[in-house]
Amino acid sequence: MAEFNLPQNSRLTEGKAWPKPAGAKKVTEFKIYRWNPDDTANPRTDTYYVDRDDCGPMVLDALIWIKNKVDPTLTFRRSCREGICGSCAMNMDGKNGLACTTGIDECGARGKVAIYPLPHMPVVKDLVPDLTRFYAQHASIEPWLKTTTPAPEKEWKQAKDDREKLDGLYECILCACCSTSCPSYWWNGDRYLGPAALLQAYRWLIDSRDEATGERLDNLEDPFRLYRCHTIMNCANACPKGLNPAKAIAEVKKMMVARQV
Amino acid sequence: MAESRPAARPLSPHLQIYRWSWTMAMSIAHRATGSALYGGTLLIALWLIAAASGPAAYETAQWIAGSFLGRLVLFGYTFVLLHHMVGGLRHFVWDLGHGFDPQTRTNLAKYSVVVSGALTVLVWLIALTR
Repeated sequence: MAEFNLPQNSRLTEGKAWPKPAGAKKVTEFKIYRWNPDDTANPRTDTYYVDRDDCGPMVLDALIWIKNKVDPTLTFRRSCREGICGSCAMNMDGKNGLACTTGIDECGARGKVAIYPLPHMPVVKDLVPDLTRFYAQHASIEPWLKTTTPAPEKEWKQAKDDREKLDGLYECILCACCSTSCPSYWWNGDRYLGPAALLQAYRWLIDSRDEATGERLDNLEDPFRLYRCHTIMNCANACPKGLNPAKAIAEVKKMMVARQV
Repeated sequence: MAESRPAARPLSPHLQIYRWSWTMAMSIAHRATGSALYGGTLLIALWLIAAASGPAAYETAQWIAGSFLGRLVLFGYTFVLLHHMVGGLRHFVWDLGHGFDPQTRTNLAKYSVVVSGALTVLVWLIALTR
């Protein structure tokens, strides 16, 4: 059963407001989720002020600016800063996305930028969620080519048309923005695979070279693993790569029906 | 303090902080109306029981249904029923694999409120002017 309230140890408290940068002309307010595993306090939201004339345009630029100039204890993941590694996935202004490809000005609707870790995940520290289960779910769909015919001398060949079927699927960077935006995944994440794993499942289901389609569908034929998707569409709205997990899941559901008629 | 154990990991905020989208709102509305329809079916059952119990009971049921409060409940029931029906059609379109692009999915969600509201008014206009 869905638990809408946060557990006692997860309820937010008001944190501290850090000083405004001296002499700054253009300042943006950031409200950022903080939790430190080394003390027993509940999570809090700290307020920071970023000098926009001294900082790049993206949310990640602001986080790095804060870490360098205001508060070195602020913890977050980041690597490529160009939307291909998926490390800096977080919730900004109420929507999941990558901090490196989300502009600060895109989040300013409420006058300040609110930043939280990916929703409904165990927090390791500050903006760093524990993605262990998310990765395990990806592994469970066996994301590799499975064949029974003897391997060809060279590569497994694929027609151009068949290759095109993988467009919009192979680009997934496993940032977890989609799965952690999904209310169904929030309430049933232990049994529902979530949009990211299911999009990857479909990526292998429609690969013309793969020979384990039936086995893959058997693995998904379950009231929870696949069918907890209720086309809420938060996944498609959240994907920073512009992919459409909701549509991929609908295609898997269609394959389930198609194999029975 | 011989040893210190790390604190249990908190759960990051979810419903509390996620920005509502049309598709998200209409999904929960579909579920809410679906649940409310159990109550509506109970009303129909009560009305049928009254009809089966004789003229006096039926007369009372009709009087309640025709009172201001009764009509208000029936108006709400009409909207809930039609909203759930239109929502069902929306999900039918999606289940066929259509209407997934950003603009279409949002429009489908938005217009299901408009359409179900308009249908409700239409039903009542027909009922009241007949």
